[in-house]
Amino acid sequence: MSGPSTYDPKTGIERWLDSRLPIIRLGYDSFVDFPTPKNLNYWYTFGGILTVCLMIQILTGIVLAMHYVPHVDYAFASIERIDRDVNFGWLLRNIHAVGASMFFLAVYLHIFRGLYYGSYKAPREVLWILGVVIYLLMMAAAFLGYVLPWGQMSFWGATVITELFGAIPLVGGPITEWLWGGFAVGNTTLNRFFSLHYLIPFLIAGVVGLHVWALHVPGNNNPTGISVKTSNDTLPFHPYYTVKDGFAIAVFLVIFAAFVFYAPDVLGHADNYIEADPLVTPAHIVPEWYLLPFYAILRAVPDKLGGVILMFGAIGVLFILPWLDTSKVRSMRYRPMAKWFFVGFLIACLGLGWAGAELPDNPVPILGAVGIDFLFFGRVLTLYYFAYFLVILPVLGFVEKPKERPASIDAAVTGGKSAAPAAAPAE
Amino acid sequence: MTDETQAVDGGEETTRRDFIYIAAGGTAAIGGALTLWPFIDQMNPAADTLAEASTEVNLAALDEGVGITVMFRSRPHFVRRRTAAEVEAAAEADVNRLPDSNARNVNIGDGELATVDNRSALTAAVADGVTVDEAFARTILVSGANCTHLGCVPTEGAGEYDAWFCPCHGSHYDTAGRIRRGPAPENLPIPPMTFTAPTTLVLG
Amino acid sequence: MKTFHRVLIAAAGAAVIGSVAAWAAGEYKKPAEYDFSFEGPFGTFDRAQLQRGFTVYENVCAACHSLEHLDFRHLGMDGGPFDEQGMAVAGMEELYSPDPNQNEVIRQIASRTMVEDGPDEYGDMFMREGRPADDFPSPWENEAQGRAANGGAYPPDLSVITKARYGGPEYIRSLLMGYDYEVPEDLDIRPGNYYNPYMSGEVIAMPPVLYPDGVVYEDGTEATVDQMATDVAAFLHWASEPHLEARKRMGVAVMLYLLLLCGLLYAAYRTLWRNVKH
Repeated sequence: MSGPSTYDPKTGIERWLDSRLPIIRLGYDSFVDFPTPKNLNYWYTFGGILTVCLMIQILTGIVLAMHYVPHVDYAFASIERIDRDVNFGWLLRNIHAVGASMFFLAVYLHIFRGLYYGSYKAPREVLWILGVVIYLLMMAAAFLGYVLPWGQMSFWGATVITELFGAIPLVGGPITEWLWGGFAVGNTTLNRFFSLHYLIPFLIAGVVGLHVWALHVPGNNNPTGISVKTSNDTLPFHPYYTVKDGFAIAVFLVIFAAFVFYAPDVLGHADNYIEADPLVTPAHIVPEWYLLPFYAILRAVPDKLGGVILMFGAIGVLFILPWLDTSKVRSMRYRPMAKWFFVGFLIACLGLGWAGAELPDNPVPILGAVGIDFLFFGRVLTLYYFAYFLVILPVLGFVEKPKERPASIDAAVTGGKSAAPAAAPAE
Repeated sequence: MTDETQAVDGGEETTRRDFIYIAAGGTAAIGGALTLWPFIDQMNPAADTLAEASTEVNLAALDEGVGITVMFRSRPHFVRRRTAAEVEAAAEADVNRLPDSNARNVNIGDGELATVDNRSALTAAVADGVTVDEAFARTILVSGANCTHLGCVPTEGAGEYDAWFCPCHGSHYDTAGRIRRGPAPENLPIPPMTFTAPTTLVLG
Repeated sequence: MKTFHRVLIAAAGAAVIGSVAAWAAGEYKKPAEYDFSFEGPFGTFDRAQLQRGFTVYENVCAACHSLEHLDFRHLGMDGGPFDEQGMAVAGMEELYSPDPNQNEVIRQIASRTMVEDGPDEYGDMFMREGRPADDFPSPWENEAQGRAANGGAYPPDLSVITKARYGGPEYIRSLLMGYDYEVPEDLDIRPGNYYNPYMSGEVIAMPPVLYPDGVVYEDGTEATVDQMATDVAAFLHWASEPHLEARKRMGVAVMLYLLLLCGLLYAAYRTLWRNVKH
């Protein structure tokens, strides 16, 4: 895909710079003339949307850090001051807080898009792995950031998550104390969490750079999963996809703004507006919605170490996914069986999120009649989660008979049926 | 919208298409520019900073010829009860020939002459029901304590006028806090002040 | 292929309904519905109600509950009980000032309290009348004192109380009016505690504090328990989010702008891709 550069410096200054630092050439080849499959649908706009999310978080974060005080005695009050007295502080904080949720919403759609169209398969394994690294860093940043307001959920979330490391045999205790810088979550913990929360977004930006690099070597996957063969299959990235991504970003911002201006607290937890109190744990402690599935997996195992291993395993398995899926066909559009298992996986993830939000002993609605509580529910779904990666995808490659695929991307969009509306994910 | 007289080359179609691109790009650019404002304005002083509490000075605790420095709006301010000799020394100067003949006193508005009276606590507001001894008020000087050159705090009782001398770049102020010699461009500013009791002055 | 989409949509729908159902199922009585003026995308605070609510806070709540993240001057900021609109509602336009520190009403409110200041020139702390830039003073020296005076239950700070409780202002209103229910027989209420079905756990240490005519409203409104509970809930919601009106106002402008941008970008997208099969 990344053929010879088509950049042609027009002016003397451009030629002068190009022979010294070909940065304009890099931008031109990557974002202007970059050949992009012409059949990308709206599910492929989330890369651009995520870039916007990262920029929004970094910019609002930098200005919030100008007012935030990372001290247990002042952190909560400094957030209140941002909300009440700092010019536009309420707006910036709402954007940053809602932005975290929107970032995860977009990244989940981006990940499921990749799972469905087989974007993790050769030659895009490194691209996928870098994506999983970004996702891990995002979770770390989100967790650290959630501690900063120093509300009840901040404090107890920090306590519970850091206690996870206590499950490690032998060194668990010392590691937990090392994380805390004391004997419990306290001022030193808050200080280091603030420092790391400020650092991680820049690490993410760096890995995003690698992610885009790794994308531009093989080029985009596409809904058919068929590799680009001729220039008939592609369009230049600009203006075709800059405009399409731009439209998708604008639509995304409508949803974003609706939360910021009309429901800024609905994605958060009321208890985090109570200042941290090491003496009282809130009755019902849950992580933010985007971490709930992992919380459910953690609780599915009645053993501390086992739960922690399983929870990290749920992310770890993503790293080896490119080698677990044995099918030669990328897109599930042409995989009649895998498609349904994918739907099951999607439902399992949503169900795990639900189970994570509920108390384990509560009965599941309707299913509760036959004695199914959320613990059991979560266990079944956890089982499916791992089976999908470790059993279903490896086996399917051998037993599934893929549907016939078009000869090329161009043939897929011109031949046979009428051009599908771009909004449809799989047609 | 579509100006047909201009649609020479590509016809109406091209003009309309260009209009849509320009309108979309322009709208996005305007939105982006407006979004910058909250990011800039958040660095301006916040409401609590602007509302910072006023400072109360008990003048009764000052003997003649004694000055103290108080903090008001995060900056030091000189409060000095001058001796009669000091007041007279300042009154001798020809106001119109001073480097800065402006009183620099927010209590009386801009443009008043930098006379000794115009720079003393005589100009302070007086709360209802309070009577202030004018002769006493005339001896009180309250001024900002940061040199109007580059912000250093001048040394008290030094310099050519035995009043204030700025050690940073050699500005000499007289006993009315007026710049007399050196690089400073303006007299030391007089803060807003109110007598809430005969010997209690509130800055702010 | 269509079946596939239907299943996807059904799964997403079920997940949403499931989580909403889970949300709604609580362990205590749901607060009664009430249509506050500040609800909805265009909602604004009823200034007269905020002023009445402040009267209730000042005369009733303030005896035990702090408002530590608020200064008196906040009462006069734009969108608050004594802003320009609020002063007009109260018929005190001439006392209004855009600088809340100079607002006469707020100066009077502040001066009704004593705050600690100092140290003076002898190093001693001293008490003086409050000024608009002062914090609302806490009724307690410290949390331990608050606990000791209230049978071990610290009266929570009310600065962000409607954000810190599910149900927000409706919860506050219901809670304040929720003392008249019959105590369930299986519930053992110890002395110093009260039954209130809206409270988490249904037992509350706060005694009923609102009685008919417990306060005198300056605007002549009859001070029923319902009226006072509603007014103070509205006031506390303002205290929790003083920029609510600015947020909603800006929201309208931003949403209109974004919809316009969406329309233009969609038009650009369609124009650009018109002749491309994709």
